[in-house]
Amino acid sequence: MVFSKPLKTSTVEDRAMNEPATPQSDRYRAGVMKYAQMGYWEPDYEPIDTDVIALFRITPQEGVDPIEAAAAVAGESSTATWTVVWTDRLTACERYRAKAYRVDPVPGAIGEYFAYIAYDLDLFEGGSIANLTASIIGNVFGFKPLKALRLEDMRIPIAYVKTFDGPPTGIVVERERLDKFGRPLLGATVKPKLGLSGKNYGRVVYEALLGGLDFTKDDENINSQPFMHWRERFLYCMEAVNRAQAATGEMKGHYLNVTAATMEDMYERAEFARELGSCIVMIDLVIGYTAIQSMSKWARRNDMILHLHRAGHSTYTRQKTHGVSFRVISKWMRLAGVDHIHAGTVVGKLEGDPNSVQGFYNVLRETRNEVDLSRGIFFEQDWAGLNKVMPVASGGIHAGQMHQLLHYLGEDVVLQFGGGTIGHPMGIAAGATANRVALEAMVLARNEGCDIWNEGPDILKNAARSCKPLEAALATWGDVTFDYTSTDTLDFVPTATAS
Amino acid sequence: MRVTQGTFSFLPDLTREQIGKQVQYCLQQGWAVSIEYTDDPHPRNVYWEMFGQPMFDIQDPEGVMMEVDSALQTFPHHYIKVNAFDAAIGWETVRLSFIVNRPANEPGFRLNRSETKGRQIRYTTQAYAADQPVGERYQARD
Repeated sequence: MVFSKPLKTSTVEDRAMNEPATPQSDRYRAGVMKYAQMGYWEPDYEPIDTDVIALFRITPQEGVDPIEAAAAVAGESSTATWTVVWTDRLTACERYRAKAYRVDPVPGAIGEYFAYIAYDLDLFEGGSIANLTASIIGNVFGFKPLKALRLEDMRIPIAYVKTFDGPPTGIVVERERLDKFGRPLLGATVKPKLGLSGKNYGRVVYEALLGGLDFTKDDENINSQPFMHWRERFLYCMEAVNRAQAATGEMKGHYLNVTAATMEDMYERAEFARELGSCIVMIDLVIGYTAIQSMSKWARRNDMILHLHRAGHSTYTRQKTHGVSFRVISKWMRLAGVDHIHAGTVVGKLEGDPNSVQGFYNVLRETRNEVDLSRGIFFEQDWAGLNKVMPVASGGIHAGQMHQLLHYLGEDVVLQFGGGTIGHPMGIAAGATANRVALEAMVLARNEGCDIWNEGPDILKNAARSCKPLEAALATWGDVTFDYTSTDTLDFVPTATAS
Repeated sequence: MRVTQGTFSFLPDLTREQIGKQVQYCLQQGWAVSIEYTDDPHPRNVYWEMFGQPMFDIQDPEGVMMEVDSALQTFPHHYIKVNAFDAAIGWETVRLSFIVNRPANEPGFRLNRSETKGRQIRYTTQAYAADQPVGERYQARD
């Protein structure tokens, strides 16, 4: 065999192209070598426009040099293995090596570093989140020399963005289809989330839509259980949607959750939803990136809005030193192509620092993101015409917070009041009306130039004078806040959740 | 019933002054205001009749309000809405749309159900008023 042992020489062209960190003859000697010396640390490297760039927060083990740790992350997320392999020399290996090019200490966090790593575009299959993530978060998160590792942000080059279809509907087309403009949309998750029969479940949907909500929603774990088979749910929910639509003259919808054990089951459920005339279906993040992309393509073929519930994300997004930031998940999901995604409320019951959450919203909604460290955005990101994703704010929010919600989240968002609709003392429809009146009054006042942040409570009180349900909602929940310090805070502007 | 299309249908009907302030807001955003009317309020009737072109070149809210007044005088028993169109990249769509006039009496919609295969039902929605020809659907209340 020609290649029976490591090659000891290299061509002149190789030397010129590779400019290795160590002399070429030593670089490929069998054995273990530092990652930085293997070419995964290039402090002079300037990323090119087509590079994928990842920013990791690395926490090396005691005694591990941060630059070597960064180089190791670059290596393990691209071409390297633990030892030198001569077969590198059969490839344009210099190009395929990811390059750590910058390592900064994290402000105020001893032992943590931000490592910037650039990847050549050809390392990734076009249009595949599965392939992108198999590299970037594949093996490397279990790497022993690191105590912890977190993917904080990514820059996806336009050349790669263009290989994805993105959201099948997007904010603009969703609004045109629903004929709803100028205000956040209103939704509610049916409660209790488990146990209702199809008939009783549809009752909640009908009342909530009749009262003034735009959407109701299945919860993430409502699929097809002994108490309610999925077909029962779909049939009764569509009766409720059509009844409410006729009673109000307004477009209504219910997110029918088609999450199931197999793609075949999901397609069957989605097709039944379409056959019944639903304008929207829903999936859970736990179905996986490939299944999400398959459902996105299905939604595009079938004029369907695709709602994504981020079930499971907190297992890897919440802790500051290890996992994947939700801003990265937001980017992946915009590429993968969902129309709605739960992205935090700021003021509700679930985790969410205000500036971080605004950062997620900006990633989902803007045509281009500028660097904004105060919101955790480390890179410019051009979305190259990809549709905008509608963020969904859900979990422990109520009518009394309307001014804060509008202030923090803007108007292109679905505000989901589950308990805040269904738990209303005068009934579900009244709960829905309270939310809708509060919302419209707040948008009207904002447009008129009112300072809603300060005058919000008065605007609500004033609107409640001609709306008993709103008066009752404010009396019931007016003072409820969830005032806890976030775990996933920003490094450049430390903040606590305000309420 | 009350048709609840449009941004502010759950609030008491807007006064002329309130409409003017919304128009002013739209102009401040750089949006073009337009007026549309219909006597077919079906939720999926996307093409209401245009009351003139979008007012791309009118910067004065009072100028727009004169057109609104004119629409109200011409079609006092129709649904009339004020739209604001944003031509900016990434939008190129309506950004605000609210009803400024509605018939005194809104009879609402019939929900027709056709029983089809198995337990499925095919639904259609029809405005009661749409049984009458265009232009004869809504009248002043005596």
